Amino acid sequence: MPNNPRIPYAAASPGERSRVTRFVRRATAAVFLAPTAAIAQAVPTITHEKYTLPNGLEVILHEDHSVPVVAVNTWYKVGSGDEQRGRTGFAHLFEHIMFMGSENVPVGKFDQWLEAAGANNNGSTNGDRTNYYEWMPSNALPLALWLDADRMGRLLPTMDLAKLDLQRDVVKNERRQAVDNVPYGRAGETMSAVLFPAGHPYAHSTIGSMTDLTAASLDDVKNFFRTYYAPNNATLSIVGDFQPDSVKKLVQLYFGNIPRGPAIPPRPAVTSQPVPRDTFLVLEDKVQLPRLYYAWRTVKAFHADDASLDLMAYVLAGDKNSRLYKRLVYDMQVAQDVSAFHSGQRVDGSFRITVTPKPGHSPSEMAKLVNEEIDKLIRDGVTDRELARAQNTTRAQFLDGLAGVLGKADQLNYYNYFLGTPDYARQDAARYDKVTTADLKRVATAYLAKPRVTLTVVPEGKRDLMVTGVIQ
Amino acid sequence: MTGFRRRYGAPLAATAIATLVACSTPGTGTTTSSSSAPMPAPAANVDLTRPPTLGDPKGLVLPAVVTRDLPNGLRLMIVEQHELPLADFVLVVKNGGETDEPGKLGTATLATTLLKEGTTSRSSLQIADQEAFLGVEIFAGSGWDATTVQLHTATGQLDSALALFADVILRPAFPAAELERLRKTRLTSLLQIKDRAPEIANRAYAAIVYGSAAYGRPLTGDEPSTNAIQESDVRRFYDTYFRPNNATLLVVGDVRPDDIERRVGALFGGWERRPVPLPNYGQPPAAKGTTVYLVDKPGAAQSSFRIGAVGVARNTEDYFPLTVMNTVLGGSFTSRLNNNLRETKGYTYGANSGFGMRRSPGPFTASAEIVAAKTDSALIEFMKELRAIREPIPVDELEKAKRYLQLQLPGRFETTGGIAGQLSGLVTYDVPLSFFNSYTQRIGAVTQADVQRVAQKYIDPDRLAIVIVGDRKTIEPTLRAAGVGTITVVDITGKPAG
Repeated sequence: MPNNPRIPYAAASPGERSRVTRFVRRATAAVFLAPTAAIAQAVPTITHEKYTLPNGLEVILHEDHSVPVVAVNTWYKVGSGDEQRGRTGFAHLFEHIMFMGSENVPVGKFDQWLEAAGANNNGSTNGDRTNYYEWMPSNALPLALWLDADRMGRLLPTMDLAKLDLQRDVVKNERRQAVDNVPYGRAGETMSAVLFPAGHPYAHSTIGSMTDLTAASLDDVKNFFRTYYAPNNATLSIVGDFQPDSVKKLVQLYFGNIPRGPAIPPRPAVTSQPVPRDTFLVLEDKVQLPRLYYAWRTVKAFHADDASLDLMAYVLAGDKNSRLYKRLVYDMQVAQDVSAFHSGQRVDGSFRITVTPKPGHSPSEMAKLVNEEIDKLIRDGVTDRELARAQNTTRAQFLDGLAGVLGKADQLNYYNYFLGTPDYARQDAARYDKVTTADLKRVATAYLAKPRVTLTVVPEGKRDLMVTGVIQ
Repeated sequence: MTGFRRRYGAPLAATAIATLVACSTPGTGTTTSSSSAPMPAPAANVDLTRPPTLGDPKGLVLPAVVTRDLPNGLRLMIVEQHELPLADFVLVVKNGGETDEPGKLGTATLATTLLKEGTTSRSSLQIADQEAFLGVEIFAGSGWDATTVQLHTATGQLDSALALFADVILRPAFPAAELERLRKTRLTSLLQIKDRAPEIANRAYAAIVYGSAAYGRPLTGDEPSTNAIQESDVRRFYDTYFRPNNATLLVVGDVRPDDIERRVGALFGGWERRPVPLPNYGQPPAAKGTTVYLVDKPGAAQSSFRIGAVGVARNTEDYFPLTVMNTVLGGSFTSRLNNNLRETKGYTYGANSGFGMRRSPGPFTASAEIVAAKTDSALIEFMKELRAIREPIPVDELEKAKRYLQLQLPGRFETTGGIAGQLSGLVTYDVPLSFFNSYTQRIGAVTQADVQRVAQKYIDPDRLAIVIVGDRKTIEPTLRAAGVGTITVVDITGKPAG
């Protein structure tokens, strides 16, 4: 999924503007998620300047003149976690509307003007934030800044129901293409709805429900814009081939006159805690094979256990020698695929394991094997070599994240939003280096031994394949 | 491989915009344009209601490519890029799935996957262990016309990483147990294709347009062929095509050419050359009158569209006019197909088109995933656009497409993976390194008349294959009413279904 600050945008799926990032952030562990390289090399610092305009807009500048290109990346500190009841999917729908023109930009011209300048652009939404970005030959930078300022300051004068209705249809098709018409596509949202309590920011999916998308009104658009799309809720990151003095003048000229908005409503506080009891779900789908999903509550990003949980996911299913992959897929050949994933988001997190049995094997058989491996992890911990593989592969991703201006611009925004420190890659990498085998054993016990949510996706009419107990 | 993707559709590199790298003799970069005007200073009385006037784009200094040939015929192409301590090594072998024999489809992709499943001195698990321990990535895959083995590594550990890379390329053991394991995995993957309408559409479309010719066969085979492939088949693919005289090794990153030449010479110098046969691409069937091929996917929320015909080879003399024409039709976000079907009608999340330019003529394909209820309306709009592109294109639309293609160029050379990707496209099809020196100028030379000529030559609305995979019960009646071509119900192999 897009917008993992470690993984350059090359990994992005087609259709980012709209593509929902349900699993945010680092892809440490899913099977064969392309661990890319770098070992023994220190992560360089990113020399940057950060300042704030009087209207509250934060600006981050980083020069990189290696190629005559530049990226502009704007984060608004609002995501699907901020949505009101009955309006799931709205933050992302709103993202789409931001490309439909503003006071001085007629419908369609946002994209046409950028393409004529050799620029590409996109945006994405997740539970925590919405980002918008352009990447282009360096001479086109003023155009991108002017377009971004016009929609930040003057979206509503030309807003109408036609724009909303059009993008509502596009987003519904995005949901069909990414969720409804995809095997196992509804598994994620089905799990989240039970894993997190009602009202929790991550209890619903970023793409939202068809019913709620239908319900979104023009007033919703106006209120959302006035509440969240103000300079004091945004950060502008500019990375690449530019001269800082002239760019600062342009930023002041285009963004300086946009009025500060009202104070941003705080999110309800969230307490990370395990699900109260083991819960079993079943979902029928148009699939050839059943699939077993486990999910546990964990902790938010940058919590003291966050890095250990990421590495534990790798040890379980990150490569061919990982515990679950080697036993279920490689040695026994009873599973077609297995993945493990820790997702530490801004206010909370989850740990998920997914297994697809090969034909002739059952979800219950998978459950028994996975549980045996979890028990082993809790009882015996991991070896030095297992930890080293996970750490070395993770460390390599940090260097790769610095290869392109677009990835760097997003990364500066990511760390700035989560930690207030744009250049944090080096310290972030150090968190993973510090993890010990004792840490992994401890977090296995602390999180995986707790109650979990179990979902079995079964072929239509095959509910008898549902896993209904914690199989030991 | 680095390279941005569109928010819709296929990766750029797979479509008509498969532009390639430029460059030149050892040690010299080439500047395509000399202007480097500073950003215009904002005037005090600037009109904020109008988009700013932009300065001239900077000239792109194309990366210098150092070419060295080893005595055994292995060509080395080295590009220095010292921004980060990283390097990409990409071995391009100039054959892939087009070499599969009837009844043994999927041999090339299976053989290539097996490279990492054991060498004469390392087991599958040992290879994976070293890869993860070093924090490197080795990727091996076969496509049409080429097989690539890629190493992405930090340069601090080049010795260990290159030793592993050379081992999987030069000394694969094709262990019987691993072949059986991959066979089982592949059979399960083939079963799971039934779940995915877009993949069903891709297979049916290729089979209908190409018949039994090479590009009509699925790269990952089918069930009978997967059961039929023997160890001798994968060995034959490897022994026949993995030859230094049939390969180029691209090296991009924080490296020095002399050092690389020495290392590569030591590792690959003993690789034995041998004449390599030309594959038989076969003859695709003549295009029939426009026909709708419907594949039933009960309950599908969307209908997968693939529309087109046999297109052109990479060496077509119409490369530049076709690239511009396709950018207007379906090769960019503001293209006609996407603007109509997504941004005006809202029938889809994205529509696009592309020419798969290969060694033998590849397909022209227009694609989209369309909400089931608008299947007929979308087909009518597709046909409208495929007819309209044959009319003269307004000048401003033409100029936008040309500038988009020309000005995007610098971004393609930003990362080591990006540069390697550009070069591998060149190498696969024997396009000279000078390609990019004239790219901007040759795109600029494309006229309205050129675009109309190639549209009329290569897009014939009366001879299109239209594959639609969707919920037959609901979409067939409306498709019949739409009256676009005859309707034939087929299966995933393109054969008539009951």
